Amino acid sequence: MTAHVPLSWYLMLSAVLFALGVAGFLFRRSVITVFMSIELMLNAVNLSFVAFSYQWRQTDGHIFTFFVMVVAAAEAAVGLAIILTVYRNRSTLQIDEVDSMRN
Amino acid sequence: MDAGLFFLFAAIALVCGINVVVQTHPIKSALSLVGVMGALAVLYLLLGAEFIAAVQVVVYAGAIMVLFVFVIMLLNADGETRVSRARLANWLGIPLLITLLGMISYLIQREIPYSPRVVFGAFGRGGPRDVGRLLFTEYLLPFEVTSVLILIAILGAVVLARKEIE
Repeated sequence: MTAHVPLSWYLMLSAVLFALGVAGFLFRRSVITVFMSIELMLNAVNLSFVAFSYQWRQTDGHIFTFFVMVVAAAEAAVGLAIILTVYRNRSTLQIDEVDSMRN
Repeated sequence: MDAGLFFLFAAIALVCGINVVVQTHPIKSALSLVGVMGALAVLYLLLGAEFIAAVQVVVYAGAIMVLFVFVIMLLNADGETRVSRARLANWLGIPLLITLLGMISYLIQREIPYSPRVVFGAFGRGGPRDVGRLLFTEYLLPFEVTSVLILIAILGAVVLARKEIE
């Protein structure tokens, strides 16, 4: 019995991964890395969905995780197309240098 | 054995997650993110989500990350230039982040103080049969809406990535 981990530890791991994703989203300057931080946050939320699904013994959480994955795939396709377009027009990937809407 | 696997792969996920944020080169971040996703797939298996673990490896670590690596290679992205970020972010960034983490963990501890222990194999309804049955009966409408979403995403990606007409 001692060799089993409480469910809240999974949720804590999910929280830590989410906070790491937030940190990457806020602190990094490369567009692609910011985008990957969003994927990290989505993964953390998926882990908590699956953990709650285990707690309530229902498969519904898995369905939500499935939909999050589908939306993440669509988002990755569109987002990377946007990054390609930005790079073609401005030939930079740094967020700070894409500021034509600032003033 | 459950605890050992959890600690091993949670540690891998944490180290790779920190690596995603810390590394300055995008390709190293991407490979670390693949590590996070693989470790999370093992944790899904421990939680009884067999189908989701397989989809995690195939779709996330396979398809999406290949797309990322492809774009990084295509654009020949190099490390980011060090810029002086805002002073507010320098001083308040890390403390606010720790505050966020503390609030989330406080909520977890308050809402579920006696969480059940995770026993491998105790939840056996995460296979493709159960997920598919639920997906095609109760969640049929969201499933169909998702197909429309993917169609829109394909159209958007094609429109965005085509050669610009001068």
